[in-house]
Amino acid sequence: MNQTSTKNAPLTVNGMTIAYQRKAVVEDVSFTLPEGKLIALIGPNGAGKSTLLKAILGLVPSISGEVSIYGDTYKKMRSRVGYVPQRESVDWDFPTDALDVVMMGRYGHLGWIKRPGRKEKELAMNTLDKVGMADFARRQISQLSGGQQQRVFLARALVQEADLYVMDEPFAGVDAATEKAIIALLSELKQAGKTVLVVHHDLSTVDEYFDHVLLLNKKLIAAGPVNTTFTPELLHETYGGKLAIVSSDGKKALVGE
Amino acid sequence: MMDFWIILTAILVASACSILGCFLILRRMALVGDAISHAVLPGIAIAFLMSGTRDSMWMLLGATAFGLLTVFLIQTLQTSGLQSDASIGIVFTALFAVGVLIISLNAQHIDLDLDCVLFGEIAYVPWDTWTLGGNNMGPRAVWMLGITLAVILLLFGLFYKQFKICAFDPAMAVACGIPVLLFHYLLMGMVSMTAVSSFESVGAILVVGMLIIPAATAYLLTHRLGIMIGLSVAVGIVSAVVGYLISYALDASIAGCIVSVAGILFIFALVLAPKNGLIARLARRRSAAQVV
Amino acid sequence: MLDWLISLWSDPNTRWILLGCMLLGLGSGVIGSFTFLRRESLLGDTLAHAALPGVCIAFMLNEVKSASLFLLGALFAGIAAVLCVSAITRWTKIKSDASMGIVLTFFFGVGTVMLTHIQHSGSGSQSGLDKYLFGQAAAMVTSDVYILMGVSVLLIVAAILLFKEFKLISFDPGFARGIGLPVGILEHTMLILTTVAVAAGIQAVGVVLVAALLITPAAAARYWTDRLPVMLAFAGLFGALSGASGAAISTLGEGIPTGPVTVLVATLLFVLSLLFAPGRGWFSKILRHRNLKSTYAQSAERSALNAAEGGTPK
Repeated sequence: MNQTSTKNAPLTVNGMTIAYQRKAVVEDVSFTLPEGKLIALIGPNGAGKSTLLKAILGLVPSISGEVSIYGDTYKKMRSRVGYVPQRESVDWDFPTDALDVVMMGRYGHLGWIKRPGRKEKELAMNTLDKVGMADFARRQISQLSGGQQQRVFLARALVQEADLYVMDEPFAGVDAATEKAIIALLSELKQAGKTVLVVHHDLSTVDEYFDHVLLLNKKLIAAGPVNTTFTPELLHETYGGKLAIVSSDGKKALVGE
Repeated sequence: MMDFWIILTAILVASACSILGCFLILRRMALVGDAISHAVLPGIAIAFLMSGTRDSMWMLLGATAFGLLTVFLIQTLQTSGLQSDASIGIVFTALFAVGVLIISLNAQHIDLDLDCVLFGEIAYVPWDTWTLGGNNMGPRAVWMLGITLAVILLLFGLFYKQFKICAFDPAMAVACGIPVLLFHYLLMGMVSMTAVSSFESVGAILVVGMLIIPAATAYLLTHRLGIMIGLSVAVGIVSAVVGYLISYALDASIAGCIVSVAGILFIFALVLAPKNGLIARLARRRSAAQVV
Repeated sequence: MLDWLISLWSDPNTRWILLGCMLLGLGSGVIGSFTFLRRESLLGDTLAHAALPGVCIAFMLNEVKSASLFLLGALFAGIAAVLCVSAITRWTKIKSDASMGIVLTFFFGVGTVMLTHIQHSGSGSQSGLDKYLFGQAAAMVTSDVYILMGVSVLLIVAAILLFKEFKLISFDPGFARGIGLPVGILEHTMLILTTVAVAAGIQAVGVVLVAALLITPAAAARYWTDRLPVMLAFAGLFGALSGASGAAISTLGEGIPTGPVTVLVATLLFVLSLLFAPGRGWFSKILRHRNLKSTYAQSAERSALNAAEGGTPK
């Protein structure tokens, strides 16, 4: 890994440690993300995946460690990062509709006083269309299915027009159609040169969907391209005994936990 | 004219509280509002003792500070690992106890009746006037509430989108670079200011009732935040006016009647709301059963 | 100081009130521990405010002031209020905090209307109903104290007899149901006991502050132990201390109200526990966190050193 690429890499984390109360949840994690790739962050439950993402975005405090985004601090580069939180993190009974949620993605660009106007509305509408949700723009968000809610969240991140996207389990509890839509979207983002870091649970789809993996279990076990890093040995090291690898007709099937 | 001032006071309280209440219940902080409106008591009592008068500015500042102190203490206890409802309960009872104690120990210096701490004496509002340069400027409570409402309208007018996203998805707001903590304390500051300026006229209970009930009623009736705020204010104002008229007829506490009317409006919404109401639900369930 | 304590004990009326408040604190602390663990701490506040219309109706029906009738009125109103809260939470999208707020203020508002109506109608001035708002233990007569003590003993005995069941439904109601416990009945029993504690406490410390008798000693006790029986003992002890000190200190001067003093003593005990309790207290936490931080600071330094020397981190 040469010096220049590290310097302006989408995301570099150095020596990150996060602790709640008594125990360290994430310990001394360092990595650099390559530009223009789809990267999966995988590891068993309680490995600290979501916590690591939140610490990178400054949502939870870390004990030590530095984060640099495109060679600068997160604070300065905030507008280049789009965050898709877990679906359960918000109250879906909130009195608002899909279009309105997507427009919230523009708030960071609008500055202090300016309100979202026609331009923002158009942009939000186009993005909803892109995720196949244009027909539901005026639907109250609690009346959307889990997959539809996830697509709204994705659309909200897309309108941020960021360069680095950070997604916390976008595939959790979604229907097959949504999963396909998300994958199509991810590859479109990659085509446009964006970098996407995704917390992912389903090991069986990793080599199909992603270019790179980060294997995390409290510590970073390994990081690198899927074909060299997503190996049974390293997975065993990540998941410990909680992993079964079923191999049949030449295809790997992996069952986490 | 007396009636006019009383109704105006009630309407100002209702409007200020109904707007703030929407954000409180959406952020699941309804009971923090309850806590604040009780916990400003020591602030009011201390301001009385220090200034020796009913000087409004002193009271507004001192007691608003106590409201923010309440929020800060609750938050500190929560981050230290205590459950949120226990934190709320401990902080507000402790501060309220301090307030009651100060008032009882200085009964001869503080012209504040303990009963009116809970119910207020809105009927006295017209007599407690504010004089500026020898001119009678009208009731003091109306001025304080008017200023409070103006501050609320100004802040929400300017920062509506920030308050909204902080209520819906605070993590996202942080990630967007919105100073979530600042807006949190702005909202809590407005709640404290409203509690303080309403305290003497309507008492702690009406403030809490007006913070929560109209907003909850509106929440049942709409799917849009803007409409929810409008409906909430409408429910608040209707309760204020009808409550006043009923209290006149029953010869009972004005604040109590206003809260009761708001509660009855809530029950109406609960039963009759077009989509979420009990009747609509039952009808839907019945039709679903028929389909099956 | 000693003279004062002796004088407290020698006056029979004061002695009874002191004992009554102490037992009340003990009982509320024990029952409060369960509500605290069930994360229903503010239920006490709702019950207390909701009691007002019940007390008023009890007075209107009989036109006399009677502690036992008031207790019944408060009990029924409290149960009605809790049913309303759970109905609103179950039937609408309104969250539990807002539904408690709605029920609390609505009941109290209705109670206020009744109270002022009674007071303005002549017979009300002797009703002593206004004492219910802020509480004044010194104003209690011997029969009130007997009721207070009886209720407190009932709370303690019930908590001891049903200890194992209450423990289970506080910790894991689903499992309790699974092993065949009548969870519904137990939950209602606990609710009724809480309501009784609140209704009895109102007379001593008042509507607004009675919630503190349930919450504060229990929360303080939680810092000292991880074991439930020990926690109950601590909560009972803290409650009893607060109740006794409240009653004792309020005899010192004419204008010193029992309720606020009781609550402030309880709060003081809570703050002391929060700061100094071994293990869970603030100071020992800070100490632990600092140790952890320095350990990782050292390891971060090491890895930075490695990087500077040309070693690439994995």
